[in-house]
Amino acid sequence: MSQTLVERKYQAVIGIECHVELKTATKMFCGCANEFGGEPNTKVCPVCLGMPGALPVANGVAIEHVIAAGLAFGAQIPAFSKFDRKNYFYPDMPKDYQISQYDMPLTLGGEVKFWREDGTMSACRLVRIHLEEDTGKSTHAGSGDGRIAGSAYSLVDFNRAGVPLMECVSEPEIHSAEDAVAYLEALRRTLLQLGVSDVKMEEGSLRCDANVSIRPAGATDLGTKTEIKNMNSFRSVHRAIETEIARQIDIVESGGRIVQETRGWDEQKGDTHSMRSKELAHDYRYFPDPDLVPLEISPDTVERIRASLPELPWQRFERYTAKYGLEPKQATQLIDNAALADYFERVVTASNHPQQSKNFVLGELSRLANETQTPVAGSKVSPEHLAELIALVEAKTINSKIAKELLARMWDGAGSPKSLVEKEGLAQTSDPSAIEKFVDEVIAANEKVVADYKAGKTNVAGFLVGQVMKASRGKADPALVNELLQRKLSS
Amino acid sequence: MLNQLTISELTGKLASREVCSREVVQACLDQIKRVDKQIHAFLSHDDVDALAQADAADKLLANSAKAAGKPLLGVPIAVKDVLAVKGQPLNCGSKILGKFVSPYDATAIEKLKAAGAIIFGRLNMDEFAMGSSCENSALGVTRNPYDLERVPGGSSGGSAAAVAAFEAAVALGSDTGGSIREPGAFCNLIGFKPTYGRVSRYGLIAFASSLDQIGPLTRTVEDAALVYDAMAGHDPMDSTSISSAVEPTANGLLESLSGLKIGIVRQFDTRELGEDIDEVYDRAYHDLQALGAELHDVSLPTADYGLATYYLIAPAECSSNLARFDGVRYGLRVDDKDVQAMYEQTRAAGFGPEVKRRILIGTYALSSGYYDAYYVRAQKARTLVARDFEKAFEDCDLIACPAASSPAFTFNAKSDPYSMYMMDYYTIPMSLAGLPALSVPCGWVTPPGGTRPLPMGLQLCAPIFGEKLLLGAAHAYERATGHASKHKPQVSEVSA
Repeated sequence: MSQTLVERKYQAVIGIECHVELKTATKMFCGCANEFGGEPNTKVCPVCLGMPGALPVANGVAIEHVIAAGLAFGAQIPAFSKFDRKNYFYPDMPKDYQISQYDMPLTLGGEVKFWREDGTMSACRLVRIHLEEDTGKSTHAGSGDGRIAGSAYSLVDFNRAGVPLMECVSEPEIHSAEDAVAYLEALRRTLLQLGVSDVKMEEGSLRCDANVSIRPAGATDLGTKTEIKNMNSFRSVHRAIETEIARQIDIVESGGRIVQETRGWDEQKGDTHSMRSKELAHDYRYFPDPDLVPLEISPDTVERIRASLPELPWQRFERYTAKYGLEPKQATQLIDNAALADYFERVVTASNHPQQSKNFVLGELSRLANETQTPVAGSKVSPEHLAELIALVEAKTINSKIAKELLARMWDGAGSPKSLVEKEGLAQTSDPSAIEKFVDEVIAANEKVVADYKAGKTNVAGFLVGQVMKASRGKADPALVNELLQRKLSS
Repeated sequence: MLNQLTISELTGKLASREVCSREVVQACLDQIKRVDKQIHAFLSHDDVDALAQADAADKLLANSAKAAGKPLLGVPIAVKDVLAVKGQPLNCGSKILGKFVSPYDATAIEKLKAAGAIIFGRLNMDEFAMGSSCENSALGVTRNPYDLERVPGGSSGGSAAAVAAFEAAVALGSDTGGSIREPGAFCNLIGFKPTYGRVSRYGLIAFASSLDQIGPLTRTVEDAALVYDAMAGHDPMDSTSISSAVEPTANGLLESLSGLKIGIVRQFDTRELGEDIDEVYDRAYHDLQALGAELHDVSLPTADYGLATYYLIAPAECSSNLARFDGVRYGLRVDDKDVQAMYEQTRAAGFGPEVKRRILIGTYALSSGYYDAYYVRAQKARTLVARDFEKAFEDCDLIACPAASSPAFTFNAKSDPYSMYMMDYYTIPMSLAGLPALSVPCGWVTPPGGTRPLPMGLQLCAPIFGEKLLLGAAHAYERATGHASKHKPQVSEVSA
């Protein structure tokens, strides 16, 4: 059986667990700055260092961020929630317990709507989103590879300790690596849009683990799962899941059994390795944190947050593709560049012409932006001026060549294209007698080419059109030029 | 004898410039020098710092405008080793904190400093506030100033001994299940535990977070009221501190109990405590009546479950609270082959047997499979205990009962943990319910085999936020009976 047929025999089942550091001014339970990086142990205080006697006070902004995320995903917001202690010893966890949420998370249910490259929409339901505190970071020295095994000593940086961390757990209902990445992309875009996190995998503000299992196609029971860790980019999520699915299929095909275990992804080797086998049911001894009072989330709070939600990425995607006729890829490109999308929206509003708006914004304007390494939004081309330009093109006042030239000048600060056209007489010439004059001149000046054309080399027509356009300084209506030229040459 | 004056006497003399704070502080330091080697109430005291604070207070006292709004200006207050004072050692009666020096002030300390108090000294205690005799301190034994062969009570034993021996005007303690009230009773003092959440716990090393409360040990009710008034109030650093306004208490001290209904708990039969003790409490209840109170029989049917409930909840919380003492960031570290072994060696060497026992009990009670049977049930029982009080307070304004089942006992008399736990039988229910309660001297008994009369304490308890009435009534009782002044501490004879 070929590999693809074997793959079709099985269905992969994937669940994703994400940890997202929230964007807040201060940490989850103290007043220390919540910022990435910095000299080790400079963003710390008695509370986030777990000094004797220090007490946590919950950050209300972080709580609202989680509620906003929950609402964006259509989750329920229970009226009561609480913080619990998750007890285990780890050197980068100052209190040797993590303040987390056990049985009463801030949000329950909901779903992440995501779209694929081909534009089809899908969704993955969420189990819950809860709020907790991040740990510090350990650095292991003397082992050569940075791992704890064989290291001479370890250093701990507590700058990250106590940073608000949102854990978002999906149901196991994703069935391909592509969908897993599409899910993550949608999650990332939504949280970015809400402004609740930077969601940067490279800075660790988004971290994810994947639970992967396979089962015979058509089966409903879940197979034994493995948990994949250490994936540092969406690309590695994709590769790791593909690799793991293939590994599990190989094992089952050769009569083996999947072992429940945690596996680490090795980016270099492109492979996963066993980290620890079937987690020795760790007893975290969760209990309600007696230092923090239970949270009461009022309906007013929920409604206030709900009312403040922006248009969500999936809604925008649907609007762009369905209403504006953008290709999925183009819609995605805009959604992933918020400033450009806003710019685009303003051009659409001003021009009332989505198709042309898209063509200019994603075409010529983006090219100029790339060339000069400056963003479109904030460039000297205002959306209103671009809309003017679009109106000129649409009214056939100028042709696309002039439009392109004008845009280049607008990019350099030339201002209103309408006034430029008026001032410099750039309006397209559609007067047949004027164009005929140029055509006649060109035919007279290019006897040899004309002879070639008449001898059957009709592909030289383009050259002649170009000459006419040049003679008219680009103002001639190209369609008319073509028509007149054809007529004269074949007479 | 400046070290024997009450706060109002001291502040009067300080304000009139009859004495200066330096003299008051020096008198305490001199007394420490004279008597502390006998009782060992202090683990340490920074005399230079204390005198510098006194000098700063004297500067303010010289300018009445600057002294305004500082009700404790120049008054020396010594502190149980469980409270963080910036720049001072913080050991919690344990070896595990090593040479730890606190980088910050507890909120209660901050407030007392703002009120002008001189904060000095570190007072001995049962390790991590776990114990009722101060014998569980890893840093030495404290003796009862009224009988040097006996314990001062605990866990705030050092605080009680220091105030009883006139080494400080007042001292701060902490009470989780009776740790202020019982040593208060043993040392002839007022031991006052406010409503849970009235005094911020920020900077109080946690034993059992849902029960811990800071309070004063003082020689008079008025002193307790003055210290409480300066310390109480909402703290944004402590989520469990209560946000409603604090009613000042020092201006509400009563001279009579007329019109008050006082509940006597049916289940707390003092005849079980022996004839002498029964007589003391019988007399105390009659005195309350004589002062105008109407006695009511009230019932606390679940109070008997208090001890069992407490010894699940408190250890459960402590097992988690004490996890941070792991050798990684501060305090003692016993190195070993890897981090896990380091944890084990450090905690094995750093914690004493009672602390280990409670960590084990608490870890067990929270374990999966036992959590519902122990921790959850204990929380339910706690709710029932609190409801009993609510019901009882429908029929009375205050409840009166013993503060402890016996006077101070001799060293090693309670080597069985359970008999030691029983010392808090009368104080634990109030702690579980979060109620304000205090012990006030109510008489003396000479126990069998004892050589000296020992003080006994009457416990008064009020509904939540009832501090004003509680202290007011205790003041009337204290004034009318005058039990405290009937005997002098042994330590004064020895040192004379």
